[in-house]
Amino acid sequence: MKRFNKTFLTFLIALMPLLSWAQIDGEFIKPQGGKFLLQNATVHTITNGVLTNTSILIEDGKIAQLGSNISASDAEVIDCSGLVIYPGMIDGGTTLGLVEVNSVPETVDYQEIGNVTPNMQALTAVNPNTEAIPVTRVSGVTTTLAVPQGGLFPGTAALINLVGYTPDQMYAGFKAVVMNFPNSARRGRWDRRSDEDIKKDNEKALKEANELWEKAKSYNELISKGAELDYYPEIAQLAKVVSGELPLMIEVNAASDIQNAIKWVADKDAKVIFSGVKEGWRVADEIAKANIPVITGPVQDLPSRASDRYDAAYSNAGKMANAGVKVALRTNDSENVRNLPFHAAFAAAYGMGKEEAWKAVTINPAEIFGLQDQLGSVETGKVANLIVATEDPFETRAQIMHVFINGFRIPLSNRHIRLYQEFLDRSPGLKSN
Amino acid sequence: MNMKKRHIFLALLLSLSLNFSWAQTPKGSVLIKNGTVLTVTNGTYENTDVLIQDGIIKKIGQNLSAPSGVTTIDATGKYVMPGIIDAHSHVALDVVNEATSPIVAEVRMKDVVNPFEIGIYRALAGGVTISHAMHGSANVVGGQNATLKHRWGMDDPAEIIMQDAPRTIKFALGENPTRVHGRGNGQQPRSRMGVEAILRNGFNEALQYKKAWEDYNKAKSQKGSTAIAPIYNERLQTLADILDGKIIIHCHSYRADEIYMLINVARDFGIKKLVFQHTNEGFKVAPEIAEYTMGASVFADWWAYKFEVYYSTAFNAAILQKNGAITSINSDSAELIRHLYHEAAKTQRYGGLTDEEALAMITINPAKQLGIEDKVGSLEEGKQGDVVIFEGHPLSSYAIPQMTFVDGIKYFDIKEDADDQRQRISPTEAVEPILLSEEDHRCMQDTEHLFETASALFQMNQ
Repeated sequence: MKRFNKTFLTFLIALMPLLSWAQIDGEFIKPQGGKFLLQNATVHTITNGVLTNTSILIEDGKIAQLGSNISASDAEVIDCSGLVIYPGMIDGGTTLGLVEVNSVPETVDYQEIGNVTPNMQALTAVNPNTEAIPVTRVSGVTTTLAVPQGGLFPGTAALINLVGYTPDQMYAGFKAVVMNFPNSARRGRWDRRSDEDIKKDNEKALKEANELWEKAKSYNELISKGAELDYYPEIAQLAKVVSGELPLMIEVNAASDIQNAIKWVADKDAKVIFSGVKEGWRVADEIAKANIPVITGPVQDLPSRASDRYDAAYSNAGKMANAGVKVALRTNDSENVRNLPFHAAFAAAYGMGKEEAWKAVTINPAEIFGLQDQLGSVETGKVANLIVATEDPFETRAQIMHVFINGFRIPLSNRHIRLYQEFLDRSPGLKSN
Repeated sequence: MNMKKRHIFLALLLSLSLNFSWAQTPKGSVLIKNGTVLTVTNGTYENTDVLIQDGIIKKIGQNLSAPSGVTTIDATGKYVMPGIIDAHSHVALDVVNEATSPIVAEVRMKDVVNPFEIGIYRALAGGVTISHAMHGSANVVGGQNATLKHRWGMDDPAEIIMQDAPRTIKFALGENPTRVHGRGNGQQPRSRMGVEAILRNGFNEALQYKKAWEDYNKAKSQKGSTAIAPIYNERLQTLADILDGKIIIHCHSYRADEIYMLINVARDFGIKKLVFQHTNEGFKVAPEIAEYTMGASVFADWWAYKFEVYYSTAFNAAILQKNGAITSINSDSAELIRHLYHEAAKTQRYGGLTDEEALAMITINPAKQLGIEDKVGSLEEGKQGDVVIFEGHPLSSYAIPQMTFVDGIKYFDIKEDADDQRQRISPTEAVEPILLSEEDHRCMQDTEHLFETASALFQMNQ
């Protein structure tokens, strides 16, 4: 007996390294590349209608095949019967990845010092490992525009796919110089400036914008004629807008400012996108006539004026779309970009309709970014950004079953889910044993 | 006028004024026909009618006929649910924080209610009939809150206060009180240790105050007593009322440790009426919250906007609910208050709650936490006639509230919504304010000046 105990003890001691290994239990699931066959789903292509009993083959990060009879013996088969597939959603304006905790300045990287800093690159400050990315992508949002904030020209925005370990791996192929169009409105109840002062401030800001534009034009002309110029990174970046190399994304919201911005860009040969456009519904026809695409949102937002109908922000996207404006949606959020499908649902319910709302988070932003041959719909040859869900992902009760980004199968886990797993049935519970 | 006539005249005047004050709080009658009735507490009934008479739900059943003079509304194909209750709001308050001391139990939100705030109407448009208008979170013990009934159009603040609701008071733990007092003013609390000390010191002082009054009252009844009354102190009296169970505590809290601390303090002082607000880490101490308190009122998915909410989960409400804690979903926002039905629906994405559990989080559960569950929070005969009619199931993302009733009176009808909601025009400010970012996260409103002072001092010392 004694001897048995000794043997047992020795055995236990021999096991100890193994026991300590057990501290790191549970395999960490990483995004997984490879060849996948999503079988027998109802596919909402966005651009080519709804296809029933359809399968999708994902290979080399792309949608390789789409059809009813795909054989691929070497692909991992994922049964999608009874499930729906949509293209990954695109959020046209966020600070996701540029901030970790908003009230902790050390973690806020979306804003630089200075009024004219168009050369600040949002892509540089994207943290591929932010806790908010896994939280976001399990909702089916696969692609986001990282937008710098601040002064007149705060920086250059960049489109990212929510998979990858470096900004370059994430980069989705679109950048734009951001401009905050001078605001002619009272900025809030606390803004006690006189009407005259508001006008003066606005004129001053517009004057500055015009001067900068003229500088950028000269810079571009001189460069194109082979001149060697002093290092002037701000104007060098703006010159790329003048030359058409980069689009100009103008944040503009008050109705009168939208009208002014339409006038301002009319004689400038630049690719222009409007963002925000909170009062777009007041001047929707004019935006449509100017043929300027719009990225608007958040949809779940208060009206801009106390006198507005309560649903002014809900119905804005639909009113613009109905007037003929190309509309994409944004959350303008960081940690809750996951709510994009719900913003889209509100836009759909308040006048936009489901079909147009889906376009506003898929093919429309893809077209606005010039990436319509890569993103925004389920089509052969496009990047495999896909959502597999139990039902319409705009519904809160829908469960997202699979997400693919750049062809990578995304683990459906994040800290929110891990905390749920740990604490739903806590151990120890109420008593300590 | 002789003496007798004058008496009659005065009596008439008095009765007129009484009638007038009764007439101030309007109560209505309406028959809502053929809807899908979501009672929340007693199941769901299709093709069912709800009859409200003089502000009270008289009858729920089929084939009811309208008594004469009572309007009938056809709700065929629509959903009828109890008025939504927001257990955490700052809508209709002119100011939010009295940030001058770690304990300001004496101030009352009912003194700063503004019945003209458009936020009330917007909340009605989201089906919200009752909101808990709370003091801010700058103090460990904040002011006393007001429970509001959204009777839009009343011009007397008293008419939108739910007079039959019990008293509640705001407490706050963690970053906000330590920031305002410790960092802003260089006084306790600077840490979560200090927060506990403020509470224990405050309640002990209140016990002494209570005893002084009890001693005095005892001595006073003695023959030939020369006892002198203690000096009345509204702050300490309010804390004593909490100890006596007359006031429900609603405590702003985020981290599990501070939640657990307040439970322990409450146990030590025999305080039973305690609700946690925000409670982002409530899920970590869900069994303790369920065992001892009146539950938690939480956000559906807010996190990461400050460090103490970085380790949050959108599954919080589901975990609390499944551990048996009374759980409600609140807004704390003039924006979110307009779609609490949608916020509640998120508990189905995050935790798979049933329709009934999700709807309870914005109706009967917040009613319990405000102590008004015998009056509102479900569709039951005898309860107050606060009702919303929805196009689409209220938990669908595409749902749109159509009509909202308070006490049987219709205060919102999507078909009668005006394009211009303007109530007044300023002759000096023709340029209307355009609010581009929400001005509505108001828990810390009116405390900025404290930080300006602090940062100025900081720079001077540099």
